[in-house]
Amino acid sequence: MSQQPLTSDSNVSREEILEVANLARLGVDENTASSYADDISKVLTLMETLGNVDTEGVKPLSNIHEVCQELRADVAKHDINRERNQSVAPAVEDGLYLVPQVIE
Amino acid sequence: MSELHLLSTQQLIAGLQDKQFSSLELTDHYIKRIDALDGKINSFITHTSETARAQAQAADEMRAQGDKRRLLGVPMAHKDIFCTQGVLTTCGSKMLHNFVSPYNATIVSNIDKAGMISLGKLNMDEFAMGSDNSSSYYGTVQNPWNLERVPGGSSGGSAAAVAAGFVPVATGSDTGGSIRQPASFCGLTGIKPTYGRVSRFGMIAYASSLDQAGSMGRSAKDCAYLLQPMIGHDPRDATSIKYDMPDYVQDINDAEAAAGDKPFDGLRIGVAKEYFSKGLDAEVETAVRAALKKYEELGATIVEVNITDPEITLATYYMLAPAEASSNLSRFDGVRFGYRCENPTDLVDLYTRSRSEGFGPEVQRRILTGTYALSAGYFDAYYTKAQRIRRLIVKDFDEAFADCDVIASPTSPTPAYKLSEDLDPATMYLGDVYTIAVNLAGLPALSQPVGLTSDGLPVGLQLIGQYWQESKLLSTAHLFQQHTDHHLQSSAIAKKAV
Repeated sequence: MSQQPLTSDSNVSREEILEVANLARLGVDENTASSYADDISKVLTLMETLGNVDTEGVKPLSNIHEVCQELRADVAKHDINRERNQSVAPAVEDGLYLVPQVIE
Repeated sequence: MSELHLLSTQQLIAGLQDKQFSSLELTDHYIKRIDALDGKINSFITHTSETARAQAQAADEMRAQGDKRRLLGVPMAHKDIFCTQGVLTTCGSKMLHNFVSPYNATIVSNIDKAGMISLGKLNMDEFAMGSDNSSSYYGTVQNPWNLERVPGGSSGGSAAAVAAGFVPVATGSDTGGSIRQPASFCGLTGIKPTYGRVSRFGMIAYASSLDQAGSMGRSAKDCAYLLQPMIGHDPRDATSIKYDMPDYVQDINDAEAAAGDKPFDGLRIGVAKEYFSKGLDAEVETAVRAALKKYEELGATIVEVNITDPEITLATYYMLAPAEASSNLSRFDGVRFGYRCENPTDLVDLYTRSRSEGFGPEVQRRILTGTYALSAGYFDAYYTKAQRIRRLIVKDFDEAFADCDVIASPTSPTPAYKLSEDLDPATMYLGDVYTIAVNLAGLPALSQPVGLTSDGLPVGLQLIGQYWQESKLLSTAHLFQQHTDHHLQSSAIAKKAV
């Protein structure tokens, strides 16, 4: 995808939705993609107002408190119950998660 | 005994202490109501009645042996976003239809340790994405005030359960208004604390920089009781902050003891004209302005403040929240937990079909929006731009709080709307216009009931406080509630005896 500024053209195409769906690992068919394209275009139209805000010299804010996160001591714990944690997995064998064969 | 569910948490505690009723009798009373009436409301996804009875019996025995924990034996229920060990935890999604959590969220453990009795898990919008509980895989929730209306969302099940008299208090979570807006729609008080006040460990993430758990009840004091065991630093959540630990109930009692005829003498309430703009329902405006008048009569001073244009705030939120969601929800891949599609042909097919079959349309829409915003070429234009504006929103609040102690606004531009109204997403998002700025700034805020419309639907007033000042908000709402009776009004379902 090419670099896009926030412009008044917020239309997202069906093809772009299919590309993004692939990135997000969502199985979207062509009809649904058109419907999502319409919905997301409307949402992106909301975003056009952002282009009018002067943010020159303003640093992006990702964590509201901007304090140094307090890390706990790097000490190994042994309270993880592997069997219990894997009891919610769709398929396990010998303590390993099963998925379809990846390597021939 | 037939009206136990109309008692406040303080009255329930007193009743248990004075042996007017046991925890088991109280728990049975609520379970009976849920069994008889929740068929109409659908507020619960999972019932834990048998465990609850056993816990209540144990609580009664502990009390008899001298256990003095304040909340011992008081029933409650959790929004189904909180992981509960050994109990189904769905987050309102088919994706987690079979997820019996192997661990507890920190707040769940803390509430257990306080001795409260959980009656089950409450319905919600799927992955907390929604404002009317219509996106839940487990069905819509009906508003106990009017069954044709939505309860709000995403904590719609929590709000409906409290408003129906199924539990005295419930947990909720709030990413863009998900505690305050359903509290407003269901005639309750609900508080979202300062970001970092409550651990997010075990609360299934939607937008991590905005999500915060809180409490919902019929009054500010009810909220204070439940919020107390929820707060505090948690080493397992790197965004939870070490800060002073207030006693909210004590602070409320102190404020009440110090209050004279004019309890709000010296309180400056900021009102922004941006919060009384187009799209605001006339009856909501009338009720909110009447409440502000009451605050003035009780001594408060109203001052005009400026806040960021709500349209800008809304756009910023609906850029950042889906971006964070698209990242957070990548963990649902059909491999380690949750839904897996039938007969996957290869690994990509397993990921893709598990996710598209497991997530509902609104969740997929937000994942797609977020992935689009974060994708190469759009990242700076959308995501970074929104993060820069987020800093400006914080600055605008800082400047507003130079002139006032709290900021007041309507919680939602409308009262609860009808279930059948099929809104497009962009229009639906406008319903969050007054609540989202608080999450972007990480400030605490609550919604309190301030009256009913001519159709008998509750209206909420939002109070926004400065960082860490939940006590100020709760005390302010409590003192208001000492001079008014909006919070004592009950829904049609709550009035039903069973």
